[in-house]
Amino acid sequence: MDPSFLVIQALNGLASASSLFITACGLTIVFGVTRIVNFAHGSLYMIGAYTAATLVPRLLELSFGPVSFWAGILVSALIVGIIGVLIEVLLLRRIYGAPELFQLLATFGLVLVVQDLVVQVFGPQDILGPRAPGLRAPVEILGRRFPSYELVLIAAGPVVLGLVWLLLRRTRFGVLVRAATQDRDMIAALGVNQAILFTGTLFLGAFLAGLGGALQIPRVAANTGMDLAIIAEAFVVTVVGGMGSVTGAFLAALIIGQLQAFGILIFPKSTLVVVFLLMAVVLAIRPNGLFGRPETVGGTHAVGIASHKPRSSNWILGLAAIAALACLPLAADAYLLKVATEILIFALFAFSLQLLIGVGGLVSFGHAAFFGLGAYGAALAVKWLGAPMEAALPAGLVLAGTGAALIGAFVVRLSGIYLAMMTLAAAQILYAVAFQWVEVTGGDNGIVGVWPSAWASGQVPYYLMTLGLTVVAVFLLVRIINAPFGYALRAARDSEPRAESIGINLRQHRWLAFMISGAAAGLSGGLYAFSRGSVDPGLLGIPTSVDALTMLLLGGIQTVMGPLVGAGVLHFLRDQIMPLTSLWRLFLGLSIIAMVLLFPRGLVGTVQHWREERA
Amino acid sequence: MTLLAVQSLSKSFGGVVAAQDVDFALERGEMLALIGPNGAGKSTVFNMIGGQLRSDHGQVLLDGQDITAISPQARFRRGVGRTFQVAQAFLSMSVAENVQMALVSRARESRALWSPARKRHREEALMLLDRVGMADAADRPCSALAYGDVKRVELAIALAGQPKLLLMDEPTAGMAPRERAALMDLTASIAASEGIGVLFTEHDMDVVFGHAGRVLVLLRGRIIASGAPDEIRSNPDVQQAYLGDDHALAQPTGAEAP
Repeated sequence: MDPSFLVIQALNGLASASSLFITACGLTIVFGVTRIVNFAHGSLYMIGAYTAATLVPRLLELSFGPVSFWAGILVSALIVGIIGVLIEVLLLRRIYGAPELFQLLATFGLVLVVQDLVVQVFGPQDILGPRAPGLRAPVEILGRRFPSYELVLIAAGPVVLGLVWLLLRRTRFGVLVRAATQDRDMIAALGVNQAILFTGTLFLGAFLAGLGGALQIPRVAANTGMDLAIIAEAFVVTVVGGMGSVTGAFLAALIIGQLQAFGILIFPKSTLVVVFLLMAVVLAIRPNGLFGRPETVGGTHAVGIASHKPRSSNWILGLAAIAALACLPLAADAYLLKVATEILIFALFAFSLQLLIGVGGLVSFGHAAFFGLGAYGAALAVKWLGAPMEAALPAGLVLAGTGAALIGAFVVRLSGIYLAMMTLAAAQILYAVAFQWVEVTGGDNGIVGVWPSAWASGQVPYYLMTLGLTVVAVFLLVRIINAPFGYALRAARDSEPRAESIGINLRQHRWLAFMISGAAAGLSGGLYAFSRGSVDPGLLGIPTSVDALTMLLLGGIQTVMGPLVGAGVLHFLRDQIMPLTSLWRLFLGLSIIAMVLLFPRGLVGTVQHWREERA
Repeated sequence: MTLLAVQSLSKSFGGVVAAQDVDFALERGEMLALIGPNGAGKSTVFNMIGGQLRSDHGQVLLDGQDITAISPQARFRRGVGRTFQVAQAFLSMSVAENVQMALVSRARESRALWSPARKRHREEALMLLDRVGMADAADRPCSALAYGDVKRVELAIALAGQPKLLLMDEPTAGMAPRERAALMDLTASIAASEGIGVLFTEHDMDVVFGHAGRVLVLLRGRIIASGAPDEIRSNPDVQQAYLGDDHALAQPTGAEAP
């Protein structure tokens, strides 16, 4: 191979490593001090890019030259830093003590809010920023042309690393940040003003995110997809490097930059797969990343289902609800039935997640993986094997269960936040595969023509079939939750040392839980594919995972039946409100944040709590 | 045969030697106290016997079988029960369910997917709770119990595994003085009647000298003395190295780490 090509590829890798590091560095510092994985970090990056792409051209109009350009970049980063301060004061400060799941959901709520606000403020079009004055001409390296701006980027990474290093080593603020990263409680006990420390940390983290975004403007147009694209990569960098470690993030960014640059030579279509495989390998060998330390936060942080005295009235209520649902076709029109079918499907999806989160305390943030595998499994069976629905649905279930077995085998070695990020990464790998393996999966367009068998093809029969399968699956899952297996999962969630010392093999039980939960989610995915007649990569995306989590949160994580109610309410609201407003994501995001802050028990949990208080 | 034989067990963390050539044996029905000032290595030795820590050197034999490298789960099956310094129970479950869970696991039913856990082994669980004086609280949520009661439940959980060896890490920490004596009397009577060997660490010297049949003194990772409580009390090395002065025997809370 041409050596000059290799050099250019390596330089490209270094340039993207620098950008990635600057952003991920902020994420890892914020995590180190606050122990919050800030999902909205990618949103801050996006705001940085939009702000710079809007601001820098105005400054260049006033006075054209490198000074205006770089001043514009810095001012944009400062503005994002101030937004970070606002986020800390208004939101994060209120959730430092909350369970990890709630922290992740609240910051994801922020992601949704920012997505709509960015469109409101900057408009729906992508904005391409100006090229940097003085750096417009490419340079020639080994006879190939290479953009000179990329060279500046390559230098920016180490410069930022050096400045952050100086800040952390040579200033009082830096000493406090490092101390808090090691032991937050000790810092509090020493009388350090935590509020200022945390606010300052968020400013620094947001500033770096904004800088990372602003530096992109000559290369990429600011667009609304930037946030989730960068956050997935930044997660990988921080996890591989070790959460809280700046040098780890730098090393990880270097490795990932080179992997991406040369990965396209091996897997021309999917560099994302290579990157996430790296993360899987690193975490399998070093569960805390390259430079990370074991987390001291234990299982007490998990919230979930507790034992309640069985009520005979619950049976009657359940049967009455099933009977009412079975009679629905008598009263409802086709549209309402379609909505009801989807609600049932999502209820099963959310309920399957409850086995992991509410029962096992395993915060899976990539449950869309199993939903999507179920849907694609069914669709692929139809497309490539010509299978009828009766065979395709089980095929989807088996594919999802198998996927869960593979993913589960990796992630049960991890705990807490690492497990959440690893499941997210697994879902993103599958998303990338579905998106990029066009010959098999149809890529972005997905697979169409996934129709049910003749007997189930009407709206009413399909609704009844979905109802039947959902009821059976939920019934089985409830039995499992109440059986020794469900109790053993709860035991492992409540106290790992105690569970181990009474002979429970934690990993084995959790692995089995992933398979059962994955298979149930796969069934719901298959049902969804046949209800719509098509599948597309969106089913595997982060928003699908968050849908399930929101349903759980809305219904109540501490309750068995909460997810079913949550699915119904969320889907109904979406159906009613989405057509009325273009700001659905803003509404949903604010609702998620409000629920975490004000209403963490959820609907069913609140009712249950109220009944117990009265008793 | 000796129930528990610990042979030249060693462990270092970086440059710190937490345990060095620790040797001792424990017989059935015996109450053996492991004492030492803070940082002497008690918990390290304890966790190596319980399986939470891997030792660098040495062996742990239970009934003559090597259990040095096996997991806590496997130790449970061989007859090791334990309680923790900070009581560990399943707080989302009722008191009875906590004990039932241990019985379910002993019967290897923890992967069962169908019939309710609530109904399994309930009679036996109630019997065990009765032995530790917690039968009345069987259906209360474990999270609603006073700390001393959680420690009793923990004992019942540990007994559910039908242990030959019971490891109790500071069993009375956080309890009121009267409760302490009661819990240790109870433990001693169960140990005697069932022939269970009990190894415990303790800071409360009343508990140690009142309930231990034999005492081991650990200092900087080494055993410096071993014998009956009275011998230990009068051992000048122990007084010098561990207790500091005569008064400390009565008020051990003043003991300092060297």
